[in-house]
Amino acid sequence: MGQEKREINAGKREVMNLRFESRSENEEFARVVVAVFASRMNPTLEEIDDIKTAISEAVTNAVIHGYQNGDGIIVIEAAVEENVLSVTVSDDGCGIQNVEKAMEPMYSTLPDERSGMGFSFMEAFMDRIEVISAPGKGTSVTMRKKIGR
Amino acid sequence: MDPSFIYEAKGHILIIHMPAELDHHNCRNLRYETDLLMAENYVSKLIFDFSRTTFMDSSGIGVLLNRYKQMKSSGGSVVFYGASPQIRRILKIGGMLTLMPQYDSKEEAIYR
Repeated sequence: MGQEKREINAGKREVMNLRFESRSENEEFARVVVAVFASRMNPTLEEIDDIKTAISEAVTNAVIHGYQNGDGIIVIEAAVEENVLSVTVSDDGCGIQNVEKAMEPMYSTLPDERSGMGFSFMEAFMDRIEVISAPGKGTSVTMRKKIGR
Repeated sequence: MDPSFIYEAKGHILIIHMPAELDHHNCRNLRYETDLLMAENYVSKLIFDFSRTTFMDSSGIGVLLNRYKQMKSSGGSVVFYGASPQIRRILKIGGMLTLMPQYDSKEEAIYR
């Protein structure tokens, strides 16, 4: 029985930074970029789907709410360290009036357009999410997910 | 891959063939298009076909929920078919599985 060769990546952190225009056509582009970046962690197909869905939610929020379908720049910073993926999606848009309320399932400030499930979906598919936002001060959503056992 | 919705009518049944990527960008026109179709025609049953769909986020749930409420208020029904395990996961988290029956094929969705 041979010994498994194991690579120890202790302390190694890989990062990426993406800036792109806030447009709905970029929602797919953004989630695919993060998924490809995360693929170095050898995630399962299900984990890839989880990541894509969570990123899609955060970017969509920036497009619809942050910039209210207008112009703006969205920034995604992602890092892989050991077996943890962390991703921050930020915008310089209008900010959230009440973060706690915004994160309530089914709550939306645009009820005709949205189901109010964006944050619930992010929480369902990532291990932890943290939202920093204030009116006029933009929004940043940081998500963390442990990949693999 | 065609990012648009394809509509198919069968009597008073409207079948909506969902695109591969069901996100906010692709959903923007769905509401407008189905409103138009449903205003011009009597629809007793709405069938969502997910056979082409490989990605879905909460935008798709919003669309389904709105159509469901509309059909419910007019006394019609909403069902779906062709959902892959991933799409079924999204539908489950979005609470859709308790609202609408799912079928394995178009025929079952139409005739059951």
